[in-house]
Amino acid sequence: MSDEYDNNKSYQAQSSEVMDGSTGSVSPDIDYVRPSEVGEQELYHPHSFIEKWVFCQDAKVIGVQYFLTAVFTGVVGLILSWLMRLQLGFPELAGFMTAEHYYQFVTMHGMIMVVYFLTALFLGGFGNYLIPLMVGARDMVFPYVNMLSFWMFFVAVAVLMASFFVPGGPTGAGWTLYPPQTILEGTPGAGMGILLMLISLSLFVIGFTMGGLNYMITILQARTRGMTLMRMPLTVWGIFTATVLAMLAFPALLVSAIMMTLDKVLQTSFFMPTILKAGEVLEYGGGSPILFQHLFWFFGHPEVYIVALPAFGIVSDLISVHARKNIFGYRMMVWAIVGIGALSFFVWAHHMYVSGMNPWFGFFFATTTLIIAVPTAMKVYNWILTLWRGNIRINVVMLWCLGFIVTFVNGGITGIFLGNVSVDVPLSDTYFVIAHFHMVMGIAPLMVIMGAVYHWFPLVAGKMLDEGLGKWHFWITFLGAYSIYFPMHYLGFIGVPRRYFEMYDSPYMTSAVGMNEFISIAAFIVGAAQFILIFNIIKTLKTGKKAEQNPWKANSLEWYTSTVPPEHGNFGDRLPVVHRWPYDFSVPGAKEDYIPQTTAPSEVIHTEVEKT
Amino acid sequence: MSEPKIDGFELKPGFKGMASDTASDQTMFKGVHWGKAMMWIFLLSDTFVFSCFLISYMKGRGSTPVEWPNPSEVFALEAFGVPVPLLLIALMTFVLITSSGTMAIAVKYGYEKNRKMCGWLLLATALGGLTFVGMQAYEWSKLIHEGVRPWENPFGAAQFGSFFFMITGFHGFHVSIGVIFLFIYTYKVFAGHYEKGKKGWFTKLKGDYVEIEILGLYWHFVDLVWVFIFAFFYLW
Repeated sequence: MSDEYDNNKSYQAQSSEVMDGSTGSVSPDIDYVRPSEVGEQELYHPHSFIEKWVFCQDAKVIGVQYFLTAVFTGVVGLILSWLMRLQLGFPELAGFMTAEHYYQFVTMHGMIMVVYFLTALFLGGFGNYLIPLMVGARDMVFPYVNMLSFWMFFVAVAVLMASFFVPGGPTGAGWTLYPPQTILEGTPGAGMGILLMLISLSLFVIGFTMGGLNYMITILQARTRGMTLMRMPLTVWGIFTATVLAMLAFPALLVSAIMMTLDKVLQTSFFMPTILKAGEVLEYGGGSPILFQHLFWFFGHPEVYIVALPAFGIVSDLISVHARKNIFGYRMMVWAIVGIGALSFFVWAHHMYVSGMNPWFGFFFATTTLIIAVPTAMKVYNWILTLWRGNIRINVVMLWCLGFIVTFVNGGITGIFLGNVSVDVPLSDTYFVIAHFHMVMGIAPLMVIMGAVYHWFPLVAGKMLDEGLGKWHFWITFLGAYSIYFPMHYLGFIGVPRRYFEMYDSPYMTSAVGMNEFISIAAFIVGAAQFILIFNIIKTLKTGKKAEQNPWKANSLEWYTSTVPPEHGNFGDRLPVVHRWPYDFSVPGAKEDYIPQTTAPSEVIHTEVEKT
Repeated sequence: MSEPKIDGFELKPGFKGMASDTASDQTMFKGVHWGKAMMWIFLLSDTFVFSCFLISYMKGRGSTPVEWPNPSEVFALEAFGVPVPLLLIALMTFVLITSSGTMAIAVKYGYEKNRKMCGWLLLATALGGLTFVGMQAYEWSKLIHEGVRPWENPFGAAQFGSFFFMITGFHGFHVSIGVIFLFIYTYKVFAGHYEKGKKGWFTKLKGDYVEIEILGLYWHFVDLVWVFIFAFFYLW
């Protein structure tokens, strides 16, 4: 490792030769990289246990803190889903559960999984850990703000969890929190529950904004020498674009949360029309419930891509590393990420086809929605073409990636069904919708998370996760997830409505009951299988075999830190200098099948190309 | 301010410059301080917050079944026994825009390391902001006295009060945060923290006069937002 830095030293010395910009001619030295513009970042090193592990300013520790907190909420969400499946499959065993409980579990499961689990995990967890390492920075640019970001998120989670213990319990209005029923008496948790939910969401947005500014400025302004935007790993591109989306979409959530809080606390009528209740006119009147739906989905649709884009980016890197092949169409991949991000702001009303909107609106939003399929399909083709004739390692990481591609294609195709107004109207509010979005933004990103955990665990902990346990984990999850969600498409086609506590005497009761039992059993098994990972992590930390530096033979900078796991400051005395993109795998004629980003051209240029 | 000089990199004007800056390594915005870039992006996000508020206001005002109150009557102020429409608002706007001017000059003196002038102008800006918040408090109490509440008002649609208190309140909150920071920075400038390289209270990192400009960006933004609120609430 140390000689990497010695190599760089000599280039540093050559930086006095200046590029002649006017004619575009470059100094004869092909290894030349421009000198540093910004100079060294001033870091505050921790002085105590609390500064090192609790109120820590190191992005890597913050990333792990985000990760663990998000996983905790994810486990809560998982348990809620078990309870829901218990009621749907085996109502006779779920006697303790009332309809109110069921709605509360549905709501909390949805909100936790989408916002507090997936968003926090990808942006807060992977973003914090990987961005500074991958762009070659010492840390995030505002470490103190970054620390505040995590603790704000922590408080948001605490407030959310507190809502389980207040009188009336958490809100049961569905994760979309549609007014007017959300804050009206009769909806479970319409008292303290919804209030805590709205406060928690606002805190989340504030906390995320602080983190998001860090991610964006670190990527834009704190890259190392030689690291151009088009030499960044796609992971960074995915997280970056998702952060931009979040910075522009979360304001709508914040505003709708504030307005609904006022509706709840001060009896304003932003979203509340005139309401008759048991023959009595309520205090409310003159507001617009549809306004909330617009605000919510202006946040809600980009939110889908806030989760999906980091997953796209990460999976591209994992596939490239484990297929020992450069990512196919890197620039196309970047532009597809950016394009999907931009388009995601013009499709929100496809969640509202049944809200009674003007048909021309439906037409417009159906068109924009289907256009998104173009860059998305490009990405899928590129993943396949990256695998094509690659030197594929079928290890746990690759299995998760392959699982992702299949699941994502599956969920994407049902998305094309639902994007069309005429198909969506009969299918909306059925299990088809549940199946669609769990495939496309539940299971698919989760598979990437799992792959990423197995891939980067050696970097974070310095030990290799157990492959055997990993394969069990993968196969149970993969087959189990299909057992859960494939039948749900069918349930949707026969018209089983979602969010129903039970089917009573409807004809679904007889035709769907066996399938519901099957789905529930699969859900119990898949949920339990996730604890294999937790067991694997604990076991590996205790007795796992030590990882070598860069066990996957990857090229990107995070594997070329001064120590493993990286210390505060990441890269030792000298920041790495980047000469190439991170995808130089199996380059013809090169000595190894990978060329790290820090390898200068002069080190590889003399090797002969073998005849093939 | 002079153009930044980047060692080994030629800054070009126009779109070509944008393209070559974007394609280069290390930084996208050449010579731009991290904090300054952060503030710009934060303000972009905050623009979306205020846009959502104002668009909701337009939608709310457009769809309410009850008539909207007439702003020139509701916001009139008695001066020498004559009701003058928008008098208080005109004063408030004047004070706030003036404070933007003093802020801009404070930034200039900050870069010139003229501690005294920078400090006094920051103080003037802070006092301008404080005056604005005070006048807003007066306006709120006057309206509350006349029976305007977030949930109802005697002049017409209930949403008038709801949107008015929410949006001016949110803006006033921004101004108040700005005032607090203006006082803090005034102290820091007079105490010479930037010259001495004194470490910040929270971040424990050294500060620089660029912080004055960053605060200035925020302050100008708050003024700009006020112009929109002024137009949408008082002139519409």
